Amino acid sequence: MTEASNTPRERPVSPHLVTGGLGSPLLWRWHITMWTSILHRATGVALYVGALIAAAWAISLAEGPDAYAGFKGLLGSVPGKVVMFGLTVCIFYHLANGIRHLVWDTGHGLDVKSANASAVVVFAFAAAASLAIWGIAGMTGAL
Amino acid sequence: MVSYRTPLGRARGLGSAKHGASHWVAERVSSIALVPLVIWAVYGVLRLAAGDYGFAVHWVQDPLNATLLVLTLAISFWHMQSGMRVVVEDYIHKALTKSALLLLNLFVCGLAGALAIFSILKVALGGA
Repeated sequence: MTEASNTPRERPVSPHLVTGGLGSPLLWRWHITMWTSILHRATGVALYVGALIAAAWAISLAEGPDAYAGFKGLLGSVPGKVVMFGLTVCIFYHLANGIRHLVWDTGHGLDVKSANASAVVVFAFAAAASLAIWGIAGMTGAL
Repeated sequence: MVSYRTPLGRARGLGSAKHGASHWVAERVSSIALVPLVIWAVYGVLRLAAGDYGFAVHWVQDPLNATLLVLTLAISFWHMQSGMRVVVEDYIHKALTKSALLLLNLFVCGLAGALAIFSILKVALGGA
């Protein structure tokens, strides 16, 4: 503290994420509630694509057996499975964090300690539920 | 009821048009509806992934499945349209680009949602 007293203190800055354009150092230390907020939006955008895949499923079913087999072949391929696993994680994350937001809307759980704890719960749920569903898929012959 | 608006605010005609909260509320209502629907849909995908075309047609023709599918699709497409709308409104500030993306978002969701729901109804009502 004695050395610092000789140099002028840095001026306070108003809250913003980055010090200058993209790629510049972060002004804020990453914390878990930032991640949950950013990921809620990111998974929402990913699920947008997921819903379009669901629409393609319905359309292929209405088209007939050949289109449906083609669609299933595409989703059953390795890249298809990677996409489906990613969407599984996105669904369970967005679901759990969405419920977290609904609880917040009632005015509960907004203090830092509760928000940090619920963030951990959301991540744990997304991971556990995704693995469980893929485990069940493996056992029921869905893979 | 007491009005807290200033005379200038009233004269400008800006501010609440009496339904300012409707988008916010509708987003919450759709998300509450989607909690059980999405859990059911994940179960449905598990069943469908293990079955073939014949099973899928049979599954969709069940009235409960057809109804829940249509509800899940309709509410999901509405929910994602309103979510993407907020993303565009947050990040895109050029008026023309913003309007174009908002229209594109609405039309993509409307078209994909309508196609998906029509397809489900076609299968459910025995057209497939």
